[in-house]
Amino acid sequence: MPDLGLDVIFKGKNAVRLLGGLGVALRISLISVIISIPLGILVGVLMTFKNPILKAVLRVYLEFIRIMPQLVLLFIVFFGSTRVLGVDISGDLAAVIVFSLWGTAEMGDLVRGAIISIPKHQYESGEALGLSKRQIFIYIIIPQTIKRLVPLSINLITRMIKTTSLVLIIGVVEVIKVAQQIIEANRTSSPNAAFGVYLAVFLMYFIACTPISMLARYLEKRR
Amino acid sequence: MDFGFIKQVFPLYIHAAILTLKIGILGIILAIAVGLVCTLILHKKIPLLRQLVSIYVELSRNTPLLIQLFFIYYGLPKLGIKIDAFVCGVLGLAFLGGSYMCEAFRSGIESIDKIQEESALSLGLSHNQALFYILLPQAVSISTPAFVANIIFLLKETSVFSAISLMDLMFTAKDLIGIYYKTVESLALLVFFYLIILLPVSILGSYVERKVRYAGFGS
Amino acid sequence: MPALLEIKNVVKNYDGKTPVLEGVSLELNKGEVIVLIGPSGCGKSTLLRCINGLEAIQAGEICLEGKAIDYNKKDLTGLRQKIGMVFQSYELFPHLTILDNIILAPTKVAGVDRENAKREAMELLEKVGLAHKAKAYPRELSGGQKQRVAIVRALAMHPEILLFDEVTAALDPEMVREVLDVMLDLAKQGSTMIIVTHEMQFAEAVADRVYFLDKGNIVETGRPKSFFTAPKTERARQFLNIFEFESVKDEKEEYNI
Repeated sequence: MPDLGLDVIFKGKNAVRLLGGLGVALRISLISVIISIPLGILVGVLMTFKNPILKAVLRVYLEFIRIMPQLVLLFIVFFGSTRVLGVDISGDLAAVIVFSLWGTAEMGDLVRGAIISIPKHQYESGEALGLSKRQIFIYIIIPQTIKRLVPLSINLITRMIKTTSLVLIIGVVEVIKVAQQIIEANRTSSPNAAFGVYLAVFLMYFIACTPISMLARYLEKRR
Repeated sequence: MDFGFIKQVFPLYIHAAILTLKIGILGIILAIAVGLVCTLILHKKIPLLRQLVSIYVELSRNTPLLIQLFFIYYGLPKLGIKIDAFVCGVLGLAFLGGSYMCEAFRSGIESIDKIQEESALSLGLSHNQALFYILLPQAVSISTPAFVANIIFLLKETSVFSAISLMDLMFTAKDLIGIYYKTVESLALLVFFYLIILLPVSILGSYVERKVRYAGFGS
Repeated sequence: MPALLEIKNVVKNYDGKTPVLEGVSLELNKGEVIVLIGPSGCGKSTLLRCINGLEAIQAGEICLEGKAIDYNKKDLTGLRQKIGMVFQSYELFPHLTILDNIILAPTKVAGVDRENAKREAMELLEKVGLAHKAKAYPRELSGGQKQRVAIVRALAMHPEILLFDEVTAALDPEMVREVLDVMLDLAKQGSTMIIVTHEMQFAEAVADRVYFLDKGNIVETGRPKSFFTAPKTERARQFLNIFEFESVKDEKEEYNI
């Protein structure tokens, strides 16, 4: 059995550094999710309005953001902002901007989907009872929508965490970047560190995401 | 916009796009195959394999493609398994996509009423015949929208291949920005090429989705 | 000569408790039509599902042509070719045309070649008045039409026994008749059938014998005429009364119009 560099993970402060790196990724995800959810709900509700201009504008925004790979969006904001706006923004800020834009689009689509999936006769039976449009929304539509949305938005968190791994490519020092640094620093003493360290990062992501996606699945089943 | 520059580097992007598409298509075909095999194992409740599939699905769905690729590309060679970047890209995409395809098929099969299978059995069909003639065809058409969404998702994920030094669209754009500082042109081309790859699939996707909904088996 | 189908003391329960059938016995001879009636949850549908091996039984046995059926066998395809079943919810295969629905089992299971299977399917469709729908998909048919196709689909396998599980219960009232007529025709031609139904007049017309089930037991058996006009047990009498309505209006009212 060759040395697989598993010991490197526990050498010095390496484990703590890796966790710190994961922390950076998680922090970016969390901030982006916190921004995305309210904005996404707003966009989703606006999408159900009948105003054609509003609809068209939002539609283009949603489609563009959802069709472009997140990495392309990161490039546009990170490299493009310097060139076009003349401001030099950090990788972290670029990441938060992009993931919030992306998260808002995804969330908006989920909200729109949840609202339109409520059958028409739910509105009609509300009207038949003499409720006003506003009351129908508050007492009938929103409670049903939230039930559908909770598991989906929790799922969005895991997708967000996985997607933040991309910030490595624009130079943010997160967990994979830390892993690269550790592997590089131990190249002579432990040439096989790549196996152990990347395996560790792989498992760290797994441990971070699995409980969240299990919670989402549990809530979905219970619905 | 420097159109001379765009004209000059256009062929580079075409090359890169072809590479992206090659890996994407091969990876997706493999992912569909992996997904189907996993679905069959879960449906037939084959012991041991079934547990392995569940573990695989969890691992694949709860980790980013980037770290999956790094592990395959930089980690596995240390065990003596050397894989070149192209194959690594295809395998990485299949590893990631297989679990998504499996989920799509599985939820398709699960959404079919059990009595459909029973009515096939009552006609004298075997369990396997019921699966292949009755359940799978319906599952495929029920899960078509999820299926197309997965294809778009996987094509988007190909953008991380630059991290294992594949000369794909991202790599080309980053390179050109670094060398020539033609940021706007390089990024515009990047967006243009991704739109060319992804828009048709997305439009096809919503067409298929409408079609499936129209055909909606209903009762 | 033994009966075509013999059911001896069949016991069925779910997960060790909740008894559904508590020792049911009945005999079915060739060319005979048996109707099972009873309140919902009495076990009549479960009995049909047990006969066809869709549910496991815990005790007793079911014999076809004098031989006990081994329901533990993995492959019950042989049995099911001899016993056809029609479901309440039709269960046509939505992704296949009407014709393909009918010829699926003959071609894939019985090994009939496609052309012959098609020809026979068309003859059967003709008989139920649906030949013009051969190329249509199930979603294009009304409930009554779908159910007639489901019957044809079962007939195409030439089963020795046909099981009908409340086949008109999901239909709109005006479509019930067209399905019952098909079944009456089958009875006239001498088909062997077990029918679960809530259509009492139809039951009286079609049955050779009526079995009344309640709480997993056969409570009363008899010829249809005597059963419906003078049931012997109190429980059957109560059950049949559910189908009668007493006028709530004053009899004299009509004179005042």
